[in-house]
Amino acid sequence: MTNESLILFFIVAVVLVGAALIFSSLAPPSSTNPQKSETYECGIPTKGTTWLQFNVGYYLFAILFLVFDVETVFIFPWAVVMKELGMVAFIEIVIFFFILILGLMYAWKKKALIWE
Amino acid sequence: MAFNIYDFTSFTEWIDQGLRSVMSPAWAVITELAIIGIVFLVFYALIGLILVYAERKICAFIQCRIGPNRVGPYGIFQTIADFIKLLMKELIHINKADKLLFNLAPFIVIIASFMALSAIPFAKGLHPVNLNIGIFFILAVSSMGVVGILLAGWSSNNKYSLIGAMRSGAQIVSYELSVGLSILTACVLIGSLQLSVIVESQADGWLIFKGHIPAVIAFVIYLIAATAETNRGPFDLAEAESELTAGFHTEYSGIKFAFFFLAEYMNMFLVAAIAATIFWGGWMPFHIGNWEGFNRVMDFIPPIIWFFGKTVVIILIMMWFKWTFPRLRIDQLLTLEWKYLLPINLINILLMALIVLLGWHF
Repeated sequence: MTNESLILFFIVAVVLVGAALIFSSLAPPSSTNPQKSETYECGIPTKGTTWLQFNVGYYLFAILFLVFDVETVFIFPWAVVMKELGMVAFIEIVIFFFILILGLMYAWKKKALIWE
Repeated sequence: MAFNIYDFTSFTEWIDQGLRSVMSPAWAVITELAIIGIVFLVFYALIGLILVYAERKICAFIQCRIGPNRVGPYGIFQTIADFIKLLMKELIHINKADKLLFNLAPFIVIIASFMALSAIPFAKGLHPVNLNIGIFFILAVSSMGVVGILLAGWSSNNKYSLIGAMRSGAQIVSYELSVGLSILTACVLIGSLQLSVIVESQADGWLIFKGHIPAVIAFVIYLIAATAETNRGPFDLAEAESELTAGFHTEYSGIKFAFFFLAEYMNMFLVAAIAATIFWGGWMPFHIGNWEGFNRVMDFIPPIIWFFGKTVVIILIMMWFKWTFPRLRIDQLLTLEWKYLLPINLINILLMALIVLLGWHF
């Protein structure tokens, strides 16, 4: 199979979900009831909307993740050619990691790694 | 007829030749794609059903219960009955929900797990898409699942769902790093991202034996991070039943809920299959040095059985985790990742690189 056939898997997955949703919205018996389409929060009527400003406790983690994920992308090609390049590649990655770990230590020291 | 359980290459070629002899090339390709699509659809559903049954049964045994035992012998048709029940349930529309995103979320979750399945080498010659960046592709696609979870939590307009989704976001985003880095540790030793090359390079010994201590550390970190990535086990904060009703899929009913459930189990199968492929040699049999007789006996077992055997062992370990350890708190979870797993992982890669350079591996 060629790489283009990956699109086949995408189509099959969409068809699987789509067909099941269509079947399930037509076949089962349904009844309407005002309480049925209420938000379910332990049975008590819900207060206010959910879409309000709230403290996302992990935005610092998200920023750190961004840094480290980009770094992982850089390491991928390095990992593949590491054997051929030998010692040069090793020394370069040590310098690269040193800077990264310094960054992590800084975040750690600044208490960015504590939830809320 | 050229069916050979040890090498599927001739079998797939035989099907290809057969189809081309009875119809035009274009139609043959279309028919082949249809066959592959149907086979994978059935496989996907079957794995989901078996894993749900296995989970319930194993959970029951660990808790000294019997588990499902009414529908069919030993209750083996229980999950099929459940599936039919879920399919015949009414889909409830939430008034306040964001309709488009609410319906889009199950699609994204299923697409992510189904596409990742396409790059797994199941046996020799039974490898749907052999990408040269196979493992990178799997990581990229399977991490799209978190978008579905975030959408589900956000669009439900339910406070518990939102909290569950946000926790899940923080968790998956953090553990994604450890999964990637521990796989990279293996890639440093092998020098390739192509899954077929990774498997074949382990013919003379699985990576976990070849790579000394760094490979073992990488495997352990991968197992922990993968369990967290699939929202399972001690890391199931996103759907902590006792705190958040059901987390991000509280508002989902019927078949939509079933899709989230199915995707969770498929992700478990996927991470187990990746662990088996990269660290335990995929479909390669277990060989010991120059024990000719022993190696001959191991070669006799078909590769596909080796692959599924290894995968099942890792799945069982993950299920064992889930029913043994108590759930972590969110701050403990993030501490584990950022203060322990990530620094260990970075050092571990350097250690592995050093071992490769000095030629200390087998």
